[in-house]
Amino acid sequence: MTTTLDTTAPSRMRHRAPAISLRGVAKSFGSVEAVRGIDLEVQQGEIIAFLGPNGAGKTTTIDLLLGLSRPSSGSVELFGTAPRTAVEQGLVSAVMQTGGLLKDLTVEETLRLTASLFASATEPAEVMRRAGLLEVADRRVGACSGGQQQRLRFAMALLPDPDLLILDEPTTGMDVTARREFWAAIREDAERGRTILFATHYLEEADAYADRVVLVRKGEVVADGTAAEVKALAAGRTVRATFPGASAEELARIPGVDGCEVRGDTVLLHSSDSDAVARHLLTATPARDLEIEARGIEDAFLALTADHDGDDQ
Amino acid sequence: MTASTTTTATTTTATTTTDKGTPGSEAGHRRATPALGGLNTTLLAIELRRVLRNRRTLVFTLAMPAVFFLIFGVGAEYAGKDAGRGNVSAFIMISMAAYGAMIATTSSGAAVATERALGWSRQLRLTPLRPAAYVAVKIATAMVLGAVSVVVVYVLGALTSADMDGIGLWVSTALVAWAGAVVFAAFGLFMGYLLPSENVMQVLGPVLAVLAFGGGLFMPLEEGSTLATIAEFTPMYGIAKLAHAPLTGDSVQWTWVLNVVAWAVVFTVGAAWRMRRDTARV
Repeated sequence: MTTTLDTTAPSRMRHRAPAISLRGVAKSFGSVEAVRGIDLEVQQGEIIAFLGPNGAGKTTTIDLLLGLSRPSSGSVELFGTAPRTAVEQGLVSAVMQTGGLLKDLTVEETLRLTASLFASATEPAEVMRRAGLLEVADRRVGACSGGQQQRLRFAMALLPDPDLLILDEPTTGMDVTARREFWAAIREDAERGRTILFATHYLEEADAYADRVVLVRKGEVVADGTAAEVKALAAGRTVRATFPGASAEELARIPGVDGCEVRGDTVLLHSSDSDAVARHLLTATPARDLEIEARGIEDAFLALTADHDGDDQ
Repeated sequence: MTASTTTTATTTTATTTTDKGTPGSEAGHRRATPALGGLNTTLLAIELRRVLRNRRTLVFTLAMPAVFFLIFGVGAEYAGKDAGRGNVSAFIMISMAAYGAMIATTSSGAAVATERALGWSRQLRLTPLRPAAYVAVKIATAMVLGAVSVVVVYVLGALTSADMDGIGLWVSTALVAWAGAVVFAAFGLFMGYLLPSENVMQVLGPVLAVLAFGGGLFMPLEEGSTLATIAEFTPMYGIAKLAHAPLTGDSVQWTWVLNVVAWAVVFTVGAAWRMRRDTARV
């Protein structure tokens, strides 16, 4: 059995396939490039936040992961198989942002119907308990609040007992209480060892619930690390300099640099020790015109993920 | 997907879970894909319940044909008039039953428009349910509702003035009226995938009424008239003729059968084309 797996998994993998493997995935709609070459590997058991502003390509990437659309180039695999196969086997399920519910069914009927579609599924009563829906089991979906509907989507996603759960901005439009309740349910579920990927544009959600944060902007991954690393990255200062001919690899090797970006002749270096970086640039490289900017977390996040003029490829 | 790929994938992932010791690993159950592309009786039962819960559907598919029959088909005038192997009351009963069945199947098929608008179709694509199985459920639901519609009108006919020579005619006319309605299940699906609206039946209701009059379902058209000639090319013509044939004693003509088959092909191809476009992974 393991032999079968080894032939499909990359050789450096141990004995199990990654939950998610995106290799050079790009997706265009006409002339619009929604995703521009994402490489991402998520190991089983990770809780990963896909963080970025609206229009960063988060939903497009999620559609690719779920087999709802096909990449223009690159490959998408879940547990070493095609997304559609993973869906059919109940290995992956998702909580989408809006829609996807029939208003004329009750909560319990919706779950019973969805459960019937899988070869094997958890009891509707059990997922209702976990999603906190038992008291509204007989309520028509159309009469449920937004938060209850979102917990119903979550309960539906739990039915096949998936190894990978994908949440697309699951708390959009919820008030603070509903948001807290929703995350409490997710967090409790995550303790069972499921791999979870959630898209969000709230930095605090990524920070509070993810082990790993992948920052996306304009269809590309701009940062990937633990929540603490990404926060440090965001919390530090940015050293901006004119540095013709600098390469990203070279810049990343400068002591203290934890993120860098090259835009033509201008380089942006993120660091929690900006003094050391500035000293290095001025003494050991031809860089000039230095500027050092301090930022709050939110500002830094915005800067990392915001649209910049002139960096279109 | 072929059987062999399924097996390989199943083996692979089963190994993964066993090693992992995380949710569901003890059972190792969910590596299988469902039989029949997800088609099952729970799905069918809940779909039927949804249809029967929809008041508007019930009014248009069950109440309206029944009321039309009581208004236009009951009374001494119709009961006394001969229509071949029965009376005119029976003729109108068959017409209304066929009409009710066609409204029922069209509206069940067209329900996909609402489900697309609500994002339910997309949600179903996150389950193992295959599009073909989904369509099969829609057609099955349509035919059950169509059968109820036929039975309601026939029971009313039997209780009032409809008369036919023998139970065989009751059964055969009812079966043809019901079976013919499957063509309109395809029509409903086609329109449901074609039209963006959530209220497709508001458009299709009047269309069906026009087709029923134009196809000579409600009343026979004058032989040789221009209308009668046009009628032969409309989608209810063949079904109307075939359903009434056992009663009138007219011998079945190949043009009637051709009419039904041709429209069945047109609607099925149309529905398949739109459905493929709708479920395509872009």
